[in-house]
Order: sequence, then structure tokens, then C-alpha cells
Amino acid sequence: MAFFEGNNMTGGYGKGPDIINSCSVNVERGEIVSILGPNGAGKSTAMKAMLGLLNLKSGSVIIDGKNISNLSPQDRVKQGISFVPQNKNVFAGMTVEENLEMGAFLINRDYKSVIDEIYDLFPILKEKKSQLVGELSGGQRQQVALGRALMIKPSVLMLDEPTAGVSPIVMDELFDHIVKVKRTNVAILMVEQNAKQALNISDRGYVLVTGENRFSGTGKELLNNPRVRTSFLGG
Amino acid sequence: MRKNLNVIAAYGIMMGLIILVGIFQSWNIALSIFNLCLISAVMTMGANIQWGYAGLINFGIMGYTALGGLAAVLISVNPVQEAWNAGGSNILFSLFLIIGMVLAVRYVLKKYEKSKIRTYIIATIIILGIIIIRFVSEPGIEAIEEVDPAKTGFLGGLGLPIIFSWIVGALFAGGLAFVIGKVALGLRADYLAIATLLISEIVIAIIKHEDWLTRGVKNVIGLKRPAPYEVNLQQTDWFINLVEKFNFSKLNLISDFTERQAALNQFVIEGSSVFVKLCYSGLFLIVVIILLILTQKALYSPWGRMMRAIRDNEEAANAMGKNVVKQHLLIFVLGSAIVGIAGAMLVTQDGLFTPGSYRPMRYTFLIWVMVIVGGSGNNFGAILGGFVVWFLWIEAAPIGLYLVNLTTAGLDDTHALKVHLIESVPYFRFLMMGIGLLLIMRYRPKGILPEKIEIK
Amino acid sequence: MDFLNATILLLNYIFVPALAYGSQLALGAIFVTLIYGILRFANFATGDMMSFGTMFTILFTWYFQSVGISLGVLPTALLAIPFAIIFMIGYMLLIDKFVFKYYRVNKSPPVQLAMVSIGVMFVTQAVVRIIIGPSDRRFFDGEKFLIKAGEFKEMTGLNEGLAIKSTQVITILVTLILVSTLFWFLNKTKTGKSMRAYSDNEDLALLSGIDPKKIVMITWIIAGILATIGGALYGLDKSFKPFTYFNNMLPIFAAAIVGGIGNPFGAFLGGYVIAFSEILLTYAYRKFFMYVLPESMEPGGLVQLLSTDYKFAVSFSILVIVLLYRPSGIFKGKVL
Repeated sequence: MAFFEGNNMTGGYGKGPDIINSCSVNVERGEIVSILGPNGAGKSTAMKAMLGLLNLKSGSVIIDGKNISNLSPQDRVKQGISFVPQNKNVFAGMTVEENLEMGAFLINRDYKSVIDEIYDLFPILKEKKSQLVGELSGGQRQQVALGRALMIKPSVLMLDEPTAGVSPIVMDELFDHIVKVKRTNVAILMVEQNAKQALNISDRGYVLVTGENRFSGTGKELLNNPRVRTSFLGG
Repeated sequence: MRKNLNVIAAYGIMMGLIILVGIFQSWNIALSIFNLCLISAVMTMGANIQWGYAGLINFGIMGYTALGGLAAVLISVNPVQEAWNAGGSNILFSLFLIIGMVLAVRYVLKKYEKSKIRTYIIATIIILGIIIIRFVSEPGIEAIEEVDPAKTGFLGGLGLPIIFSWIVGALFAGGLAFVIGKVALGLRADYLAIATLLISEIVIAIIKHEDWLTRGVKNVIGLKRPAPYEVNLQQTDWFINLVEKFNFSKLNLISDFTERQAALNQFVIEGSSVFVKLCYSGLFLIVVIILLILTQKALYSPWGRMMRAIRDNEEAANAMGKNVVKQHLLIFVLGSAIVGIAGAMLVTQDGLFTPGSYRPMRYTFLIWVMVIVGGSGNNFGAILGGFVVWFLWIEAAPIGLYLVNLTTAGLDDTHALKVHLIESVPYFRFLMMGIGLLLIMRYRPKGILPEKIEIK
Repeated sequence: MDFLNATILLLNYIFVPALAYGSQLALGAIFVTLIYGILRFANFATGDMMSFGTMFTILFTWYFQSVGISLGVLPTALLAIPFAIIFMIGYMLLIDKFVFKYYRVNKSPPVQLAMVSIGVMFVTQAVVRIIIGPSDRRFFDGEKFLIKAGEFKEMTGLNEGLAIKSTQVITILVTLILVSTLFWFLNKTKTGKSMRAYSDNEDLALLSGIDPKKIVMITWIIAGILATIGGALYGLDKSFKPFTYFNNMLPIFAAAIVGGIGNPFGAFLGGYVIAFSEILLTYAYRKFFMYVLPESMEPGGLVQLLSTDYKFAVSFSILVIVLLYRPSGIFKGKVL
């Protein structure tokens, strides 16, 4: 039994066709797991299914031994699952500090210390704390997005293509930050296009094709698997 | 045939209702409702082309209606010679200046790249132009407005038959729509709605306050008619004979000659106004049928298909090489021109032009209720919407009165609540329109006769 | 040359009236902008909602007057406003439950919601006219002037008088208090911030655990307060007539868009931009120039840029220009 697992999930959006088919993903605390695969393989969908953004026809989502398949996304957030969407993942018209406060919306006790922890993790955010997020650079925005998601002190952090559209240098920096987050004993599940770099920092990975599990293994295994290399990592 | 069954049924019910009004109230009322239904139908067709075919929101219908009405005045009224002598030259010179100003702005726009300086130059030209034009036109306007202000006080029109104004009204409205469309069509849907609403208010403000052109709130009355006058009809032999024939059975019941004559006179007076209204109905019906044929043809033509494609997915249509901006402008102008025709028809029927009566509730929002209720995208639906909504708008007061009497039947006639409610009966029409619109939008969002496109 | 008299003249005929009128527009514009920012549609029922709130203020004022309650020098309406607000909020929440909610839940496009608001406009207009009638009503009582023109002349010995109506002062003060409370609420409280977050990025707000139902309800409550107070202040200062209120929707829209729709602070300033430009452009400056220019240069005409008939047209032209050159409004930037 892993800490956070989605078992044999099948489903799609609304009344449309199934996008994922009996797909299973799991992650332990203090572990980074990447979901890889070609376009349209259902990577993001699998992740959204675990967050409850689509109705599953069958399968279950379990956190810490508790079945949460029937909870709404908001209630899953309360269980300690945080999600960073690919697009529009910050409140662009609000300041950095306000973004973090909004991340802590569900926390009723004092969260000043949590904000300080986030600032320790991402020092640049402290510097820019009263600036509008809309005025920050792409990499800084992603840090705000990460910071916002970490405000509830999640046990599971899900990232949908955190490095989409940023330069390679910023990408490395972001991956460094993600590794730092992992060391705080958080289970990290991410969907990535930059498969090689993602596998380099991942403990394990899944390769999905047409909504089904095709390969899985540790980061190294996948990197060295010739079929994965030729099909998905570009040789 | 089956698929047209609901269309036929809906129109059948509608005509039945109007006939019922004729039998129970009077044929005069029934016909005036019918005529205004026809005019409303023309307006809804205009709005429907814009909204149903292209998804453009035009909340400026009131402005185009008023321009159509203005056309009726400018075409049919005889020119006021003294006014032209008094200030005509100033007005013409001002017009010349306006053209010059527009050309100057266009020249600057074409010649120079977009920059701050260019904007300032244009602003200067416009401000200077307005000041100069005011100086030039003011004495002329004052002189014109002093010419027999109780009767004229304006330049008058061309003295042509009023029926021409239906075309000129379309041109006026289309022209205005071209200018508005050029500048405002790029706006997002709700901004476009607000912008057109406000621009139509500006148009009304101008029509209301430029007395030298429109007589403003002093109104223009006694416009020429395309139909005979009641007074003349009542003295025409063939008409009296016709009425006599029509009411033969009723007249035969009266034996006394003088009584019979009096009854005949009564019939002739009633008949004359019905006859005049029938003439209008005929003219309006011709317009509605011509427009219906044209719009139906357009809807099923390749052009109509393209318009729907643009409406449903602007980006894809754009990517396929369709010039979305140009097509939007075209349809905006066409739709507005049709509304302009309706405006001219309305003034033609009333025989008077009252700028103060143009209010957005009646001429913009009510028309929109018609379009939504009838079924946007479907011409038959739009026309039906015009009929249903206008019918309810007029008959809401009697229905409201009936309902009030029914619900307060237990109360004394002098009871304050009952008196108050009976006094408020005229406002039940707003309530009915609002509730009707909300119900249709909720339970039949595509209208009574929804859009139906079959591709063969 | 008499600059003192000229200044008093401008204060009396332009500055004070424009400030009061601008405040009334500003409240309406914030109402429009809040609904646009959070509920995401252009509310064409704005003017009629304001007249609905004002109607209740008048009804309560009449009631208080009939039982002999008054505020002395202040208008009784001030006492009536809180009660009117309660009814107004009830009405707003009722409309939302039976009308707007359905479209919000179904994620209908904003245009459809705008159309629905036209239905609400018709209904509200009918209800107001059926209850209180379409005629012009004044419900002001108490002391009419803070400073009378004659007294001012006596006091200062100047030719020009400065008359300040108590309704003008009340309008400006109440607006300032209300608006600063609102901005404090939006910028400093958790609920206010969550409203801004919801307006900024709805999906992320939901992911952060913000409850949309609560946000919508608070928005209608604030909107109800703004509409009632804005409408009542306008009615106190001028008079209450349902048709005028319907028409006021137009300059209010202009103010909201000029300020950058969705931005309450912009809407607040937009109200004054519209009010000042309307009055500045249609004021006849003849007397002003008579004071500041030497006698030989005195102007012959009224020195009026536009006739007062075009008052509304001025604000609409400004709006059209703003829409064309800066569709996001003059004071863009922070959204809500």
C-alpha cells in the first residue's frame, strides 16, 4: 500500500469517451513520481482524476489507506492534496503575499510561520512579496504557484507540467526547488513533457499510452529502457 | 411538410388571436395591432440577422429606428423656402466643413504612422473643426429656428412621396451602422452591447435637440400618406357602396330610412379607418414578404453558411481565409438598414415624427425580447416573436385588468388596494415581458421556433 | 480681474455639484463592476435595482414620518436606508436563487446572463411602478442648506454666493465612508481577498478551497448595499423617478467602463471623470470670463462648449473614445 494511490481508474470528461482506461498510479511520501507519455495519452487526465476533477466510472483513489473516491476536489484539498494547474496557476492581479494567503484559505489557525517557511524555500518571493504576481517573470510565477500550493502543508503535491514554457535555465532551477520540496517529506506527482530531465530527478515514473499504463519503474530503469528511450525520450 | 407543422401551427394561433381581438374588441384595434406586428417583425428581422446569423449584439436599434423616422420627415415634408433663405447657406457651408474635417482626419491617418503626435494632430483637427463649425452654423441655425417657429422653424424636406423614405431610411441607418461598425465591432460582445446602446442615445439626443433639422421635441405632424385619407373616403361613392354591400344584411334589418342612413354613415366612418389600415397592412406585408424571401435565400446560400461558420467559430473561419471583420461589418450594416426601413414605416403609419417618444425600453429592449422569444437564427421565429410580443405588449393591460378583477373580486370597489392595482394595470406589460423572457430563456433558450438548418 | 469671485463661481456651479453627482455615479459604477468581476456579466438591470432600493427607502421614510420619527436637521431617509437595504438584499438573493443561479451553475456565456438581466430589468421596473407608481417623488426633509448663497455673500462680502446643499455634503461623506470601508474589506480581510481571488482566477480559487456560494452571496449583499445607498442619495439630492433611474444606468455603465470594468477603484474614479466632464463641457463660462478677463475682452456669447441638452451625450462620447483607444479603461491594472 502506497501513501497516495489511484487504482484502475477509468473515466473521461462529462459524457465524452473514456480518456483513461484502468490506469493506476501511486506515490509515497518523500518521493517524486513522474507521469510521462505522448500527447493525448491522458497524463493530465489521470492526475485530474486523482484530484476529483472528473467522475470516475470505476477504480478508486486512496490516501493514507482512506478511500476518497467520492469526495469533491475541495474536500480532497482538505485531506492534504494540493494541485498546481498548468495554466493560470496564480492570482495575477494580487500580490505575492496575497497569493500565499489564498493558498492558506482553508487553514484557520495562524499561518504566518508557514509563509516564512515558504519564503525560506523560495527567497526571491520574500523580496517581491508586495509586488503583483502579474508583473513577475515566468519562473518566479511558477515559484508563486508552488508556494501557494504548499501553504496548506500538503502531504501530496500534484504538478501539471510545471516547466511548460520556461527557459532551460529556469527549468533546472524549478526542478531544484521541487527536489527541495520533496525533502520536506511530501509525496510529489508530476506530469512532464521534458521527460529526460524529469526522470533525472524522479524516483519512479509511469509511461502512459492511450490512457493505459505501458511502462513503469524507477527513473533510472526507464531512462535505460531502450524501448522507452526510442519511443518517448527521443533516442 | 411535417417539420413545418409547428411553424404553421404557431402562425395559425397568432392570426387566430388577432381575429379574436377583431371580433371581441374591434377590427380597428385588431388591424392596428396587426400593422405594428408587421413593423415589429421587420425590426426583429434586422436584429435577427445580426444576432442570429452572426452573433453580433446591437443594442442600438432605437437609434436606427429614429433615423428611419427622420428619413420619412426629410423625404416627405415640403422644403421651407424662407428657412433655406435664412440659414441654408450657413448649413451647407458647415456640411462642407464637416466633409473637409473628415477628409483631413483621413489624410492624417493614412499619411502618418501611428504615434502620439498623430493622435494629438487628429484631436486638434477635430476640436478646431467643431469650434469653427459652431461659429459658422450658429447664426444659420438661429435664423432657421426663428422662421415661424410654431409651424416650421426647420429646413423641411424634399417634398417627395413618403414611400421613398423607406429606402432612404435604410440608407441612413446603414450609413450610421457603417461608421459605428468600423469603430466598435472589434469590441467584446458585452462591450459592443453597451457601446451601441450609448451611441443610440447620442443619436436620439441629436435628433431631439437639433431643431433646425428635425424640429426636435416640437414634433413634425401631418406627414403625407401613401394611403387615402379617411375624410376623402367617406365622401367617395364607390367606397360608400362597398360598405353598403358589406353590411347589407345588418342594414336591411333597419326599416326606417333616416335611421338606416345614420347607421350607414356610422359604418362608413368605421369602414374608412379600417380600409386605411388595410392599405397600410398591404404595404407592410409586401415589405415583410420581400425581406423574408431575401433573408431566407441568404440564410441558405453559401454566404449564409459562411456567416454561421463565423458565428460558431470565429477563429476557425478566420484561419480558413474568411474575412471576419469585413463580413461582420457587412451584416451589421444590412441588419441596421432593415431596422431603418422599419423606422420609416412606423413614422409613415403614424403620420407624425415625435423624437421624444424614442425610448430604449420600447425600441431596443422590447425588440430584443421579440428576437429571443421568437427564436434567434430563424427568420420565421423572429417574425413570430415580433407578432407574439407586440400582441402581448398591447393586450397586457386588458389581461392585467382581468386578472386584477379576478384576484380582488372579494374586495370592495373602493378598497385602496384594488384601486391602486387597477391604476397600475399599464405596468403589467413590463411584468409580462420580463417573466415571459425569463421563462423562455430558462426553458426554451432557442425560442419558440428554434433555428433549424438542414444541409442538403 | 477678480479671481476670488471667479473661483467661487466655479466652485458653486461646477465643483460641488459634480462632486455630489460623481459620488452617486461612483456607487453605481462600483455596483456594476463588482457584478461584472465576480458574477461575470453586464447587469442591464442596474438602474432599476437602484430604483428598487430607493423605493423601499421612500416607503420606510413615509412610515417613519407618519409615526413622527425624524432625525431633526438630517433627512429621515438616512434612518430608513438600513431597513431598505435589508429588503433590497432579500430581493437580490431571491433573484439570484430563481434566475441567475441556473445560468451560473450551467456556466452560460456572459452574453446570455446579460440577456437574462434584461428580463430582470423588465420585472423590477414593473414591480417598482406597480408599488410606488411612475411619478416624480421627493422625500427629502430636514435642513435643506448647509450654507445659503445669500448668507455666504453676507459673510464674505463677495459678489458670488456659494450654496452648499446638505444633501450634497451627505452624499459625499456617505460615499467616502462607504467606499473606504469597501476597499478596506476587499484589501484587508480574508473574505474580501477571497472575493478578489475568485474574480481573478475562478478555477484556482476553487482549488484553494474558496466557497463560490459564499462569494456570490456576499457579492449580492454588497451590491444591495451599494445600490440602495447610491439610489437613495441620488433621490435625496434630486428626486426619485423610475424612468430617470433606468436612464442613469447609462452614465453608470460609462463610469464603470471608463474606470476599467472589474476594477472597483477605477469605477470609483470613473464616476467623477464622467460627472466632471459632463458638467465642465456643458457649463456656460460667460460669467467666469467676465471676472477674469479685462472688460475689453469680454466674450459676447455664452462661451459654452456644448448645450446642456448634450449632457448625457458627453459621457457616452467619452466612453466610446475610451473603448476605442483603451478598452481596458483608463485605470487598468489590478483586477478587483
